[in-house]
Amino acid sequence: MQRNRRSFLALAGMGALATACGSNTGRQGDPPPSTAYSAGPPPSDAPKAALQQWYHAYGEEGVQDAVKRYASSYPGAAVTVQWNPGDYDSKIVTALQNSKVPDVFEAQVKIDWVRQKQVLPLDDVIGPVKGDFSPAVLAAQTVEGRVYGIPQATDTQVLFYRKSLLQAAGVQPPQTVDELVDAAAKLTKDGVKGLFAGNDGGVGVLTGPLLWSAGLDYLKNGNREVGFDDPRAATALGKLHTLNANGSLLLGAPADWSDPGAFIDGLTAMQWTGLWNVPKIRQAFDEDFGVLPFPKLDGSGAPSVPVGAYGAMVNAKSAHVTEAKAFVKWLWIDQTQDQLEFATKFGFHVPSRQSLIGRADNLKSGPAADAARFVQENGHLVGGPVWTQPSNTALSDAVAKIAKEGADPAAQVKTAVEVARSELKRLFG
Amino acid sequence: MTRRDARAFWLFVGPFLLGLAVFAYLPIGWSAYLSFFDARNTVTPTEFVGLGNYGHMLTDEPFLSSLGTFSVFAVFIVPLTFVLSLALALGVNQLRFARAFFRSVFFLPFACSYVVASLIWKTSLFSGVRYGLANTVLSVFGVDPVAWTGTVHPPLYWVVLVTARLWLQLGFYMILFIAALQRIPVQLYEAAWLDGAKPGWPVFRHITLPQLRATAVAVLLLNLINAYQAFDEFYNIMGDARGYPPFARPPLVYLYYTSLGSGGQDLGRGSAGAVILALLIALVTVLQGRVLRFGRAA
Repeated sequence: MQRNRRSFLALAGMGALATACGSNTGRQGDPPPSTAYSAGPPPSDAPKAALQQWYHAYGEEGVQDAVKRYASSYPGAAVTVQWNPGDYDSKIVTALQNSKVPDVFEAQVKIDWVRQKQVLPLDDVIGPVKGDFSPAVLAAQTVEGRVYGIPQATDTQVLFYRKSLLQAAGVQPPQTVDELVDAAAKLTKDGVKGLFAGNDGGVGVLTGPLLWSAGLDYLKNGNREVGFDDPRAATALGKLHTLNANGSLLLGAPADWSDPGAFIDGLTAMQWTGLWNVPKIRQAFDEDFGVLPFPKLDGSGAPSVPVGAYGAMVNAKSAHVTEAKAFVKWLWIDQTQDQLEFATKFGFHVPSRQSLIGRADNLKSGPAADAARFVQENGHLVGGPVWTQPSNTALSDAVAKIAKEGADPAAQVKTAVEVARSELKRLFG
Repeated sequence: MTRRDARAFWLFVGPFLLGLAVFAYLPIGWSAYLSFFDARNTVTPTEFVGLGNYGHMLTDEPFLSSLGTFSVFAVFIVPLTFVLSLALALGVNQLRFARAFFRSVFFLPFACSYVVASLIWKTSLFSGVRYGLANTVLSVFGVDPVAWTGTVHPPLYWVVLVTARLWLQLGFYMILFIAALQRIPVQLYEAAWLDGAKPGWPVFRHITLPQLRATAVAVLLLNLINAYQAFDEFYNIMGDARGYPPFARPPLVYLYYTSLGSGGQDLGRGSAGAVILALLIALVTVLQGRVLRFGRAA
């Protein structure tokens, strides 16, 4: 399965970033220069270290050529780019266990990697420009106060809706979860479903937004406590069962939530999908669509969008860690123009360096601008480095049973809380 | 055996033995070793936990429920495969014309990749939209589009999973039955005919079926083991980039997510689960062999 630039959201969490800092051109509007890491490219007559850099297989045309171009123009080392189709996330964790390769790679850090000393902290690389990154995006790369990845580009998901279909049905863009449920039901008619949020009935992509809608989260208090041990979690997650049970969700679509096909083909009036789909949707509907964050549960909750980012990381077992860190700094801190191109030229992504968002022309108006604003105002990290696989499986199972089988939300949430609490105890004692 | 014979033996057998040792026995042994350690994100663990991983897996609700999922799948797939492949074999074996053609037609799906077949089943035949093949047929009768893989009550996803596997493996077992049918001496049928038995159920019941016993038992055993090892069609039909639903999650899929899931490789518990599953398969196979008297004369 080849994944595109957004589907990494689908796997680990979310993501993003992009841009830059650096280059220290002194031009007005440039991000602040990095002075954090002194290891620069070696003198031109010195033998170059050979570095291997891994990416997952981005779907957008031109990305592979671009990152190869960036690597080949680096003067400090001979960097070879490896493009990895298939299950990249499993491949990278396997490679990190005992291999010196790759030297540099993209991923979202997990606390177990840090505990196993598989990745290097990059605080000296990110240095004084750290404050320029969106907090949520930076949090995806931070474990116990140390940064292990330089965010490359930010992505998000929003609720796309067809203005004309809502107008015809007399439905206002939903501002609360109940309004979303009502809207989905009213829009379900004539072979068109109200909402598409994945073939799993929204279990995968709506769990986080539902928790945030109630003012909750996966973890809280510095990742030391379970964030959804609250009756409101059961209330919010129970809404997913209503959506699944009343027939207003599109299920079994040929392409899943990350693809705009169902929305463009008129199979659904609303779809929860990624910002990256704006160009295709605009091509299909012109201005007949809008975007919204996931609505709040009630007056005590808040609207939300998930954010996520792959970060550039350094393998602790690399034979060239100094050179690898220098390369990461050069590419993902200093080369601002490349970072901006990487984030915005090949698709719709938000630079996670806040100073660069204003330079992204395709994010300045319309739904894309709205989505970029949602990222800044309503962005949440999905899970995060301390949210482990057992916790994720337990919560996902619980939500699936609530949504699809009508299981008791309170009991299911309690089961997931116990697993998550056990994982936190394992990690922090 | 002469020295030359021995050299030839090792020349031909050696590479396969080496491959078997490196890619089968060594991983099995290493997996058993890992199952006694806390082996998160490492294949060289240092923290010995004794039977802790086994204790965890044997009380782990998702793992136990995955064994239940397998049981449901086996209940469907083993008898269905047995009966349908035998029926196909009997039908094809009696053809006077184009027997080789039909034999090939039914066997051909066995050569198809499970992944490819799964994706065709998921996205074309049983997609939940109005233009999926199954839904197109249903629409002729005025039935609204059905979400085949997403409907839990009733569990329609089993229709997709079971039909995919039937299509993929019926041909293989049909060939086994055809080979067995062709080994039955014609004289047995002639003698029965002379004694007044007419072709039909009595001849099938008292001659054909007993003569097929060895093959039938082998088919049942292979079927059950294959059901335990179900992975490809489940993973590709029910899973997505976000994960896998708790229903219809067979043991290997759960162990895959435990051992190799992105971001959290728990090789200790995954290995313990794999050892438990291997022992379970061995136990059930031995029991089934004994009950069906596998290997004994008819």
